[in-house]
Amino acid sequence: MLTEAQAWTLLDTVPDPEVPVVSVVELGIIRELRCREDGLTVVVTPTYSGCPATEVIGLAIRDTLVAAGAGRVELETRLDPAWTSDWIGEAAREKLRAYGIVPPTGKAAVGGPQPIRFVKKTLTCPRCGSNDTERLSEFGSTACKATYRCKACLEPFEYFKPI
Amino acid sequence: MAADMTQQNTATAEHIEYVTRLGDNALILGQRLSEWCGHAPVIEEDLALANIALDLVGQARLLLTHAGKLEGSGRDEDQMAFLRVERDYRNITMMEVPNEDFGRSTVRNFLFSTFQVLLWERLVQSSDRELAAIAAKSLKEARYHLNHSAEWVIRLGDGTAVSHDKTQAALYYLWPYTAELFAANPTDEAVSAAGIGPAWSELEAAWEAMVLPVLAEATLVVPARTPFKSYGKFGRHSEHMGHLLATMQYMQRTYPGASW
Repeated sequence: MLTEAQAWTLLDTVPDPEVPVVSVVELGIIRELRCREDGLTVVVTPTYSGCPATEVIGLAIRDTLVAAGAGRVELETRLDPAWTSDWIGEAAREKLRAYGIVPPTGKAAVGGPQPIRFVKKTLTCPRCGSNDTERLSEFGSTACKATYRCKACLEPFEYFKPI
Repeated sequence: MAADMTQQNTATAEHIEYVTRLGDNALILGQRLSEWCGHAPVIEEDLALANIALDLVGQARLLLTHAGKLEGSGRDEDQMAFLRVERDYRNITMMEVPNEDFGRSTVRNFLFSTFQVLLWERLVQSSDRELAAIAAKSLKEARYHLNHSAEWVIRLGDGTAVSHDKTQAALYYLWPYTAELFAANPTDEAVSAAGIGPAWSELEAAWEAMVLPVLAEATLVVPARTPFKSYGKFGRHSEHMGHLLATMQYMQRTYPGASW
């Protein structure tokens, strides 16, 4: 059997399948671990309702823990409180940036003001550091990212949306 | 789990109906939007529409799973989504009408995501804790959908002569269906009285206050209200619904219980 601390360490090696530079722990989706007589219960809060990675993440968590001898692993989904990008840690934000994804800026507007249209948000290009960037789309290759372009180095990049 | 059991035993028919309507709205619009995959005018919008569709299908999964638990019949999300007959679907008719073109899909997303934002804001306070949790999560997603579609309504409406005319035609086509959102009915009254959620009619003024300024900025003419009524949320659908279900249900009807 694993201790809770061992399990946390192991889970920190499980990458997010869409953004493999951060682990599921760094992403903040593992909310709680409970040791039982015969194994472990992992409480997971999904990011977006329709995130296709959710099931793959569940499988990876189970495989990793079972392979390390955790016994019977149960996954529990917790919706409340809803996942927020504010739970992504500082170190993970730097990893995202180094990987070419601008981490979420500011605090997510939970219960905040209504969206303002055509807002110009200045993002710094993760490749060349220029502030001369523009948004191409509020959505990107995955639900959690928006698509931007740097007008200085002409490279496209992604932005992890605050939610 | 204990809370779930209590809820199961006390859920009224109106409560189940209300949650089913929410789930079916998300499911059917998600299905329609997924038709855009590979067909949108530009790649960024292809991605955007597919992502919005995914969010909606994800919301539908949570809501229909919850509706199945409330009714206590053991039906899971797949049985709810794929194995009901047309009359048992409770989405408003506007969700099922064809995409037609990018203009109509955009205007529909705008009209509906505005409604969803307002509804989720209220449902965060629901006495049904599971529904409140789903609302808190879905609200964040709906805000992105609203922002995205509102920008496009303005761009298209206040764009070229062609984009303006197509968007105006879309608004003329869709506007009469929005009346169904706010039509009073016994389900809403019972649910509102029980503190589970607002009667949708309570949201009409706030919805107009959000929708009209955007339409004005888009230089679009808002059609006058007509006596036209649609009844999708009571299970009486348009001729388009059967075709949509034939496509959506095909796999489960052909290979019952299939999973992968």
